[in-house]
Amino acid sequence: MITRREFLVLTAASVAVPAAVNAQVDPNLVANREAAFRDAMRRIVGDAQVRRGRVKLQLPPLIDNGNSVPLSVAVESPMTDADHVKAIHVLTEKNPLPDVVSVRLSPRAGRAGLATRVRLADTQTVTAIAQMSDGSFWSDSAEVVVTLSACLEEGLI
Amino acid sequence: MARAVVTLPAQAKRGEIIEIKTLAQHAMETGFRRTQLGELIPRDIIRRFTCTYNGTEVYRVDLHPAMSANPLIAFTTVATESGTLSFQWVGDNGYTVTEIASIRVE
Repeated sequence: MITRREFLVLTAASVAVPAAVNAQVDPNLVANREAAFRDAMRRIVGDAQVRRGRVKLQLPPLIDNGNSVPLSVAVESPMTDADHVKAIHVLTEKNPLPDVVSVRLSPRAGRAGLATRVRLADTQTVTAIAQMSDGSFWSDSAEVVVTLSACLEEGLI
Repeated sequence: MARAVVTLPAQAKRGEIIEIKTLAQHAMETGFRRTQLGELIPRDIIRRFTCTYNGTEVYRVDLHPAMSANPLIAFTTVATESGTLSFQWVGDNGYTVTEIASIRVE
């Protein structure tokens, strides 16, 4: 666990002396990424509860090249004015930034979904979150194994 | 220079859900890569994609550096009436591309 104060100090330190730190992997990399993921999650969801289901996230389980990974999200919803999906977000745990893509949609979309191609930096869990018009959140996760990272220069471990 | 490709059916039945595929030509430089001399290559990405159907926004995407180069966005919309669909990509360094496609709805 890392407190807010520690996180701020670490972030400030890594910004202040990038040249010296670049040569080696930041020892707090994992903790920083986890904190960034939690922050991103809180920014999207707030204090609401996220339930599993209704969302289907599809990714290949084994990825040769993390630079271009086909990803699709489909959400079960009637897509009527009364009950539709307002937004879909895709987050990663170990990319340098947790956010991947965010979609805003309305009943005019007909079906709630997205197909795209993303970059994945490491073997990790990818999460898709859907926000419904009634304010509830639903999610799905997929574990992927990446053999060639999208950012080799980053020294990811 | 900057180009984009959009595929969608030329005509559809009223109320039908049509599939749209879009592809924009862009390197989507993440801002995390370095040159051989160790200098960071500045971020240069497409930040937002919007699809408007006869002036009404039907689909909007916020893109982040984790999107692949030449971002593909495939989605659906309901064919409500004949008219034009406009697709716009907006990004860093003044990147703006607009594509227009027309659809006939019966």
